[in-house]
Parts: sequence; C-alpha cells; structure tokens
Amino acid sequence: MINMYEVSETNKMIEHENLDVRTITLGISLLDCIDSNLEELNRKIYEKITTVAKDLVSTGQDIEREFGIPIVNKRISITPISLVGSAACKTPEDFVTIARTLDCAAKEVGVNFIGGYSALVSKGMTKSEENLIRSIPQALAETERICSSINVGSTRTGINMDAVRLCGEVVKATAEATADNDSLGCAKLVVFCNAPDDNPFMAGAFLGVTEADSVINVGVSGPGVVKKALERVRGKGFEELCETIKKTAFKVTRVGQLVAGEASRRLGIPFGIIDLSLAPTPAIGDSVAEILEEIGLERVGAPGTTAALAMLNDQVKKGGVMASSYVGGLSGAFIPVSEDQGMIDAVNAGSLTMEKLEAMTCVCSVGLDMIAIPGKTSASTISGMIADEMAIGMVNQKTTAVRLIPVIGKDVGDTAEFGGLLGYAPIMPVNEFGCEAFISREGRIPAPIHSFKN
Amino acid sequence: MKKCIVTVLGKDTVGIIAKVCTYLAGNEINILDISQTIIQGYFNMMMIVDVSGMKKDFKVVCDEMEKLGEEIGVSIHCQKEEIFEKMHRL
Repeated sequence: MINMYEVSETNKMIEHENLDVRTITLGISLLDCIDSNLEELNRKIYEKITTVAKDLVSTGQDIEREFGIPIVNKRISITPISLVGSAACKTPEDFVTIARTLDCAAKEVGVNFIGGYSALVSKGMTKSEENLIRSIPQALAETERICSSINVGSTRTGINMDAVRLCGEVVKATAEATADNDSLGCAKLVVFCNAPDDNPFMAGAFLGVTEADSVINVGVSGPGVVKKALERVRGKGFEELCETIKKTAFKVTRVGQLVAGEASRRLGIPFGIIDLSLAPTPAIGDSVAEILEEIGLERVGAPGTTAALAMLNDQVKKGGVMASSYVGGLSGAFIPVSEDQGMIDAVNAGSLTMEKLEAMTCVCSVGLDMIAIPGKTSASTISGMIADEMAIGMVNQKTTAVRLIPVIGKDVGDTAEFGGLLGYAPIMPVNEFGCEAFISREGRIPAPIHSFKN
Repeated sequence: MKKCIVTVLGKDTVGIIAKVCTYLAGNEINILDISQTIIQGYFNMMMIVDVSGMKKDFKVVCDEMEKLGEEIGVSIHCQKEEIFEKMHRL
C-alpha cells in the first residue's frame, strides 16, 4: 500500500516544485468538413469543433480536482487548414474567414489556443498553401487564440527554400501587423523542419493527416521537479546524475499517462501520445536553464552548455519512455528564451548568445524559440536564420523550429512584453551581415545523402 | 473498493483526527489505514480511505473537506489513489 513518504513526495512536487500537466490537447480532424462553398465550410468547421470538444475543458477540470494535479492548458489541434480550405479558398482573405471561425469555436469551448492554421510545404507549395501562408499576418492580427505553423523542410524531402523566403516575409509582416502588442503575433507562428503530426504543444500543434478522427495527446512538464531532485546529488558523478534525471522523468511522465488515460476514457476519444517535454514557464523555479545551472554551469551559455543539455535531453527521454505506452510529439527539453526566467537572466548577463542558442538546438527538442530580435531585422536575414535551423533539423533527422519575434520599434537593450505564459524577452542582437543573394535563389535544397535509406 | 488518500497538514491542535473522522463516518467513508506524526509542532497525517459507499459526488466531498480544514486551521486534501499508485508503483 502507498506510504506516507510517497504521498508527501508527490504532493511536494505539485505544491512546491511546479509539477503539472502542461496540456491536454484534443486533436480534431477537419477533413470531413471540406466543402467547395466557403460559408458551408465555415459552418461545418464550427459545428465539428464545438461538438467534439464541448466537454474538453470541464473534463480537464474534473481530473484536476479529483487527482489534485494542475492541468495548465486545455487546447485543440486541427488538420492543417491549407488542406481543409483548399477547395473553398481562392484568396488569402478567404482563409482569414476560417481563422475567425476557429477563433469563435475556441472561445465557445473555452480553450486558450487552437493550433493548425498551418501548411505543410516541405517539398513544394500548392496555390492554396501559398494563399494560407500569405494570410497568416492578417489572421494572427485579427484573432486571439489561433496558432499557426509552416513545415518548410524534412530529412526526406530537403528544404523548400521558396517557402523559407516567403516565411521570412510573413514573420516580418506578422510583426508589423501586431506592432501595437510588441509584435505578439509572431509568438503564435512557428516554422518547422520535420514537424510531428501529433505534437500537443503550442504554437506548433496541428493534427496530421496520418491521425485518427479525434485523439487525445498530452504534454507533461516538470523542470522544477528535476531541478529539486538534482539539488540532492550535488557533487556526485554522472552516473548518479543521470539516474536521478531518469527516475524523476519517469515519475513526471506517469502522471501524464494517468491524466491522458482518464481524459481519453471520459471523453470517449482514443489516447494518442504523451509528449515527454521539460516545458518551462516564466514562474520562478520552473526553468530548464536552472537545471543546467544545477548540473554545474555558472550561467546557461557558458562552455559545457551544449553537452549538459544533450545529456539532460537524453535522460529525460530514457526515463519517460518506459512510463508511457506511447510517446511522440516533440519530446525533449524546450529552450524558449522568453518563457524561462533562467534563460532571460543569462541573456541579460551576456552569457547566452544567438549562436550558442543555435548550437543548443542541435541537441534538444525544438529550436530557436521565443527569441525577440530587433524590429529592423530584414526579412531575408530572418529567412537566413530559418534556413540555418532547418538545415540542423534536416541533417540531424530531428524536429527543429523557429519562433522569432522581430519586435517592431524596439532594438537591442529594449525588452518585449508578451504576458502570461509567453513571458517577456530582452531583444537579442542578430548578425548584421546580409544573406540576401543566398535567400533570393529559387528552388529547394536537396535531401541529404543519408535520407536515402530504402 | 475505490481508494482515496486524505492528507492533513498544519499546526497541531486538539481534535483534528476526531473532526476529520466524524466527517468521514457521516459520509459513509471507511478508513483503511492511518499514519500520523508530529514534526516540529506540525501535524502531518495521511489516511487511506474507501469511498465506494459514499453517497455524495467526489468533488463535493473534496470541497467540504477543504472547508472543514479551514475551520480547524489545517489544510486537508482528498485525492484519488491512482496518482500516487501510478507514480510510485510499476
């Protein structure tokens, strides 16, 4: 039988170490809503989302109450809208009407974000996909809860450089369209290489076409729990350090598995995957940077950071994999700047630079995430940064992503405020030498040699 | 059998166990196991209870126990056993 020590350990994690389930994300396929009539399409989308997800929030709240575990977000991911809208939408403005419908549906069911205003263009772009991408600045400026993502490359297809060029322009235009709110729109726009079909985390969540009609995916978290556990093994060898991370990740993931199972049973929707991620928040003690500092770095960004992060990321997966029946999504340590107090402090202290962040993305879960850059940064430079990150993903056969925020009207030395879970960020300097001639080349970068595995 | 864990934490005072047990008995909740210690004047108790005979909704019982805790001056939490079972048992 459960003993007092075990009960108090679990409750201490919840009450003092920020253990929570970060998100229950309900994936809803909208493929059966496709219609050539735009009005009819919008009606079907609204109806399907508000029917399938009507009990999502209340079920999440019931689980929170009964097990005493906070579930921070209840969210929805949908089939990429470039596919759903392809028959009805002839212009970018047509796509914006779908964005408004999705925003209304999200408000109706009470979720804080809905992800899947997306296009998958890793090899080529259809006219519909191009229209969707061009509609993103207006869609994100006019809505509140929509998240958008674009997959522009993969290990199997190479990198679609026409899409990379367009994405740089779209990021810049989104920043300008939401300039009044420190270019907040860009915090809801992710550019991916090797995007997974079952990611529950925003802003990059969408429900891939390989998925069922509806599915429950859960994202766990718990940087604070790992940090506290590591405080108890200060000065010990790597074996003990790694074992501690694995055991902690196992415990955290088991909670996610329980919540996912309960949500799936109560909603009558199949369980998809658990995303084993260390997802930080701006709250004190909920930071991935603090874990790295506990491992032995004076500040994140110091020499040794990449090695420490590689080890952390691997141990989290090793511990978590056995705790869940299905693992997927992004699964690894997130290193967003604005959402992690330790990362913000490291930038302010001059320890963490853009180049070091790029190196860190080679060994961790995602990429250049929630980084505020000067508003004057050109679209081609943003495309260049995207291309670099996509190349890392393509060659290393991993997911990489870029969520950069060129904050209009602000420069190095200023701070951008996004609010809530999105946090705040010091503007980081960007290499000012240009890459215009490289980015203006048309076509795509071929898939790497090691992708030919057949 | 549906097991729940009741935890009570707070400054020690007369009648904590009595009041909690009276509430449980009044709601047809059977106590299976109790562990209790006092650490530096702080009362720390864990009960494993069976709620299968309970008539009220689980959430209502959680709310009422929290309220009872406020009256006594301690914090009372009621959680389904699975969260501990999942985390600590293979």
